[in-house]
Amino acid sequence: MDQTHIRNFSIIAHIDHGKSTLADRILQLTDTVADRDMKEQLLDSMELERERGITIKAQAVRVMWKGHELNLIDTPGHVDFTYEVSRSLQACEGALLVVDAAQGIEAQTLANAYLAIENNLEIVPLVNKIDLPQADPDAAAAEVADLIGESADRVLRISAKTGEGVTAVLDAIVERIPAPSGNAVAPARALIFDSSYDQYRGVVAFVRIVDGRFETRDALRAMAQGTRFEAEELGFLSPERRAVAALEAGEVGYVITGLKDVSRLRVGDTLTSERRPASEPLPGYKDVKPMVFAGLFPTDSDEYPELRDALEKLKLNDAALFYEPETSQALGFGFRCGFLGLLHMEIVRERLEREFDLDLLVTAPNVAYRVLERNGDWVEVHNPADMPREIEAAEEPYIKASIIVPKEYVGQVMELCNDRRGRFDHMEYLSEERVHLHYELPLGEIVLDFYDQLKSRTRGYASFDYDVSGFRPGEVVRVDVLVGGEQVDALSLIVHRDFAYDRGKLLVERLRKEIPRQMFDVAIQAAIGARIIARETVKARRKDVLAKCYGGDITRKRKLLEKQKKGKKRMKQVGGVDVPQEAFLAVLNLDERK
Amino acid sequence: MRSENRHSIGTNGTPIRDGSRRTVPEGGPSAPSPGRGPGVRHLYVHVPFCAHRCGYCDFVTVTGHEGEHGGYVDALLAELELERRLLADEVETLFLGGGTPTFTEPAALARLLAALPRAAETTVEANPETVTPSLAALLGEHGVTRVSLGAQSFQAHLLETLERRARPNDVRNAVRTLRAAGFDNISLDLIYGIPGQTVADLERDLDEALALEPEHVSAYELEAKPGTRFTHAHGGELERQVEAMEDYFERVVATLTDAGYRWYETANFCRFDAGRDLRARHNLAYWLGRDYLGIGVGAVSTVDGERWRNAPSLPRYLNSLRRGERPHRELEPLDAGTRHRERLLLGLRLDEPLATAGLDAALDRDAVATLERRGLVVTTPGSLTLTRRGRFLGGGVTAELLAD
Repeated sequence: MDQTHIRNFSIIAHIDHGKSTLADRILQLTDTVADRDMKEQLLDSMELERERGITIKAQAVRVMWKGHELNLIDTPGHVDFTYEVSRSLQACEGALLVVDAAQGIEAQTLANAYLAIENNLEIVPLVNKIDLPQADPDAAAAEVADLIGESADRVLRISAKTGEGVTAVLDAIVERIPAPSGNAVAPARALIFDSSYDQYRGVVAFVRIVDGRFETRDALRAMAQGTRFEAEELGFLSPERRAVAALEAGEVGYVITGLKDVSRLRVGDTLTSERRPASEPLPGYKDVKPMVFAGLFPTDSDEYPELRDALEKLKLNDAALFYEPETSQALGFGFRCGFLGLLHMEIVRERLEREFDLDLLVTAPNVAYRVLERNGDWVEVHNPADMPREIEAAEEPYIKASIIVPKEYVGQVMELCNDRRGRFDHMEYLSEERVHLHYELPLGEIVLDFYDQLKSRTRGYASFDYDVSGFRPGEVVRVDVLVGGEQVDALSLIVHRDFAYDRGKLLVERLRKEIPRQMFDVAIQAAIGARIIARETVKARRKDVLAKCYGGDITRKRKLLEKQKKGKKRMKQVGGVDVPQEAFLAVLNLDERK
Repeated sequence: MRSENRHSIGTNGTPIRDGSRRTVPEGGPSAPSPGRGPGVRHLYVHVPFCAHRCGYCDFVTVTGHEGEHGGYVDALLAELELERRLLADEVETLFLGGGTPTFTEPAALARLLAALPRAAETTVEANPETVTPSLAALLGEHGVTRVSLGAQSFQAHLLETLERRARPNDVRNAVRTLRAAGFDNISLDLIYGIPGQTVADLERDLDEALALEPEHVSAYELEAKPGTRFTHAHGGELERQVEAMEDYFERVVATLTDAGYRWYETANFCRFDAGRDLRARHNLAYWLGRDYLGIGVGAVSTVDGERWRNAPSLPRYLNSLRRGERPHRELEPLDAGTRHRERLLLGLRLDEPLATAGLDAALDRDAVATLERRGLVVTTPGSLTLTRRGRFLGGGVTAELLAD
């Protein structure tokens, strides 16, 4: 289609503000999906996404409206996927900014709105859920208008649920969002903004053609990674795949590549044609690196092969997931996994447990550290147990945090951020009631329970978003835990020097409660290097024998004994001490400030 | 309730005749059974009748049925007749447990005792309130050598909680009565961990028991089974008692050993008397892994690598034997591995070294070494003994040293 009749757009919204419902309504009003085939939140194809009301993987759907081809590029809604969001936005000329009429702007909305503005997108603001009794469309419209510097009467008011105002949205897309303006005859360039894996046809790339055109069977190349393949099929989603002979400048569609490894096509990379290659890739490609790490171990060590297979399968659709085998003397064989952030970790874990029916033990998450060793080498450490005991210096990742909160909770939030080594940057009033706080915080202080704390201290009113801003020197130390004199690798942690004593003390106290009494005293110690910083003792049991045993009791007694024996086998042996698996999770909830 | 007991029986051929008491041929079996090998030397006889079922009791007991005592004795003797070929020519120990054997109608009890084989040790369980001079005489006349008294406690409020019929004085009187009748081997059962019990109560119970100078004391923790009326009634308090059990057990062992008793089995103590081994020989047979025959409703036997348990229903038991058939039984074959595990489990309850010859496959040698390093077991070539501390932790230690 002629570029002047194409509109490419995204929807930006906070979780639960109605993005998916709006997308569903658009599909219906444009007759893309018959009413009877409509299932709620059609675009969120994974069960988990539907349940959590969030979109994890972007997809693109083409609809027709009044002679125009509209491509809706869905964006992931969460902080962990900022890079993916920015690539999706780069594929668009405009964005619908959806704000809940009762809730107003949230931190995530802001973050993504700023991303859209940075990408020079035309923003179509709209206030959703005007049908709710507690809706205050005027206040929400004023906030949005203020944010993007528009007049409040340009803010559309809709109910995606009832459909009210949605045709006006479709009209506004055509009227306000500019048509693409690529060079149709230049060497072909297409931005990869998403990919997925089809078990029969390999990697499917979702692309926005910026310049030129691709035809079926063209030999293509990903410019940053150098991956070469043939375009086995081109097409678009509506919402099922529809094959076409060619994709042209301005269009959005998919390319079936036949590649067997999703990591060979990265989001943000540029596809060009081998026959007539472009000289410059599109801007913005970044190799996204995982920032949060955790060990994943099967509860039943026999399930290790299943866990490995499951991770391989997940990785096919999730290039950002990183994993490598890890062996823990306490937990056995498992994997060290890297994630974009906490939500990403949570999603991967849930998918492993739910879709693959695995029972997992997940160690406390930690961030990546850069460490300067005594020999002058910089190394990246993903696992506290790998942290060299003697180091010259260390760097830890920092984030720029954006927190929106009703003004009465500002003090609480500032206190929390200060406790977590946060550096206040600035704050501004979004309205008379709501304040936007900007902090810089070490990511390591966020990964354990920051978000839970934030929610509980603000009764759930705070919204939070962040962007990793880079590595900075950090006074971090490795704290080891010794049980019965033996170090437990899975319980090591890396913390700021100032917190080491408190954390170590708290950890050994928790462990004392979690480790059952044994037949001997068990010392539980926290240590920095050879220096013990905290110690607790699990006192030995003084009685572990049943009093009565005669001829009629023997079978029952023997069975009890055999059961006791089996129970012991389920525990992990560390230094001759039986440690229940729960103990390894004790370190997860280490905040005494609860 | 009972405690020490539960099984066994024996027999000796005795013609069963209607109800009249018959004297049994002294000693020897009247009709030598062909029996294999040396035969079973330990006989348990279960007599289920009780005046009242105590709340915590989990033995096979029945109340009421007073008219059936005689019929039950007939059934016992019929079962004995059916199993007689298993018994050795000479039965070493005989144990009448219950139930409350001494609650049995005297004529029936006398007939039973008369018909059972004589044994070097013949124990009868008795509830204190049933011990009268005539009962003591009856027992004495019929070759009973040892009486195990279910005292449980000397505190009125604790006896009440346990739903025992005896009052504290009944226990003292029972011992006096038995002594007067010439019994020189009396065992007292005590229970600790009773709802409402304090450490002071336990100490008083121990002192009272010691004052009676019993030859033998069995001291058990109260085991309340989940789901029973008793557990329901005393739930929270039972949990508190479980917490205190460590203290109680240590105190029981310390008090009795300080008083000169030998702690020869986890829950059993006996006086050191010159020239006499006052351990319960019948129970010792269980702990040493010997074969035993149990007759009566719910009784358990272990003979030649096979264990069976008679069904617990009294009417079915009576019916089967009336027809001259064996009672319904639950069979449990014991393979070599199981027998070896039981050997360890039982043998390690004793204060004497356990001979480990033939048990190697059941033992985790690394675990044994670790336990020895921790001061819980002592080994010599060919034997294994728990240390004093190891005996307090006997269950855990045994679980540890069993091979997978």
